[in-house]
Amino acid sequence: MRRETVLQTHDLSMRFGGVVANDRVNFALKAGELRCLIGPNGAGKSTFFKCLTGQLKPSEGRVLIRDLDTTGAEPHAVAGLGVGIKTQVPNVFDALSVEENIWLAARRWLDAPRAKAATAETVERVRLGDIRRRPVGTLAHGQRQWVELGMVVAARPWLVLLDEPAAGMTEEETAFTADIIREINRTASLIIVEHDMAFVRALADIVTVFHRGAILIEGSMDAVSADPTVREVYLGHKH
Amino acid sequence: MSRAAEDRWLIALAVLGVVTMVGAPQVLQLFTIINLTTAIGLALLGLSLGLIWGYGGILCFGQTAFFGAGAYTYAVAAQNWGDTTGAIVAAVLAAAAVAAALGYFMFWGRISDVYLGVTTLTVTLIFFNLLRRTSGPDYRIGRALLGGFNGTAAPPLRLPWDDRVILSPQAMFYVASGVLLLAFFGCVALVRSRFGRVCVAIRENETRAELLGYDSRLYKLGLFSIGGGLAGLAGVLVANGIGRVTPDLFNLSYAAQAIIWVIVGGRGTLIGPVLGAFGVFWLTSWLGTQSYFNSNMVLGLVLILFVLLLPRGVVPALVELATRRRRGALGRAERLRARRPKAGPRRALQPAE
Ligand SMILES: Nc1ncnc2c1ncn2[C@@H]1O[C@H](COP(=O)(O)OP(=O)(O)OP(=O)(O)O)[C@@H](O)[C@H]1O
Ligand SMILES: [Mg+2]
Repeated sequence: MRRETVLQTHDLSMRFGGVVANDRVNFALKAGELRCLIGPNGAGKSTFFKCLTGQLKPSEGRVLIRDLDTTGAEPHAVAGLGVGIKTQVPNVFDALSVEENIWLAARRWLDAPRAKAATAETVERVRLGDIRRRPVGTLAHGQRQWVELGMVVAARPWLVLLDEPAAGMTEEETAFTADIIREINRTASLIIVEHDMAFVRALADIVTVFHRGAILIEGSMDAVSADPTVREVYLGHKH
Repeated sequence: MSRAAEDRWLIALAVLGVVTMVGAPQVLQLFTIINLTTAIGLALLGLSLGLIWGYGGILCFGQTAFFGAGAYTYAVAAQNWGDTTGAIVAAVLAAAAVAAALGYFMFWGRISDVYLGVTTLTVTLIFFNLLRRTSGPDYRIGRALLGGFNGTAAPPLRLPWDDRVILSPQAMFYVASGVLLLAFFGCVALVRSRFGRVCVAIRENETRAELLGYDSRLYKLGLFSIGGGLAGLAGVLVANGIGRVTPDLFNLSYAAQAIIWVIVGGRGTLIGPVLGAFGVFWLTSWLGTQSYFNSNMVLGLVLILFVLLLPRGVVPALVELATRRRRGALGRAERLRARRPKAGPRRALQPAE
């Protein structure tokens, strides 16, 4: 049985003045898939994400989520389709408590009692129960990442985009993050941008390599890492 | 402050408010009561700015645009209709509508905070200058002459069910205090509601709120319009206290004062701006009775001192002090009790990058 395509782009390009950050990207994600996006710094991964989520309006091309054309839609409208987003720069409500952060995510879609239950459950799921009342701004980097991941989980999305969810984490923290991601994958399709190759190898079925704004190659991690061009692109990078 | 502690304070505040409302006219002179009515109107203006600035992060330099619009609408409508209850409703709606129209362009245009401040200030100054030019018989709305520089009369409130009865200054004081109390507790309920909590989230991080699926423009517009309506209601109270509406309601002096009240009293609280307004009102009245200092200069000095020494304002500073003392006391008790130190919470996490 062929799985449904939940997200696709057609010739998506994004230019900042003379800088071509995305160059005619044709991408497709199937339902239930866990895709990793890799590529050297400045390859255009985050820009691609921002075009998908409406934070940037693409210069050219189209974005389709399920069968809906969402090119240039507002971020809240994209999120409204059931898309959960974690940005590369941690985006949390620093002055508010862990609980309030997660409640705000849950309450967008759930009624008051169910939002309360979902908040309690999610706070435990990301292991922040002991510090649920602390302002997120006072937490360590890894914990803030989990708060943001918790916000994504609490909204029960069916499509999840995570930009470097394990950045700056220790090995132990990364393993826990991978657990959460696998759990999300039971009910949602995911695209994850990550530089940590061990992490990518452990998670992804298919890997998409970005280079200079375009897709260089797609395939299994083994196939991709055996590719001579990919090796060349990463030459000098310690990954 | 915990929710329970906040509730205790609010109950105490409600009791104090009602006692003041009932008691003040028994003990104070008529002149003071009339003055206080104006001060209550100004406090409501402070509350409206405290709501949108403190909880929505919308720095509106021209809250007086809605304040003045409310006052003028009231005066014109009351002169035309004779009935003042409808005039109040019209005033609040007109002020909220002005805020909504202005807010629509600002929020959908996604202009930055600085431009928002400048735009709102410009709007109130435009109102000020336009109304100053409305002297002469040509500038009239129905029966009401706008009167240019001198403004026009604001008819005193009448009973809603019998418009032959004009409210006494005492009764007017009851109305004003009642309005302030209701508005204050209404705002408390608002900021605790889902709507209010989302507004705070947008203030904290608009991008994140949008990525969670909240249309920040709608929430800001809603909050801004509510703030505008409250400012309009404040305009009605002040118009009643003074008995006239003049272009001065729109001028820089009131616009700047409103910001001073919020800064002095404390942003991010609702009681702060109210206390700030009363405090500054009291200070300026007192300064008016002496001739050693220029009152504007003293006001400026107060503002500078606050920005330098208590940048978050009186109320947040007091709350922090109280919390710290309580924490300190609890901490000492804990240390005395805990002879045997338990293993602390495991810190497996790295500090930020
Ligand atoms: N707002 C912007 N204005 C101008 N140039 C931009 C902007 N955002 C990104 N770029 C440029 O676009 C290119 C792609 O950047 P992007 O952030 O998408 O890369 P990335 O693959 O996410 O890199 P990293 O792995 O470092 O996060 C870079 O050359 C970057 O400098
Ligand atoms: Mg990036």
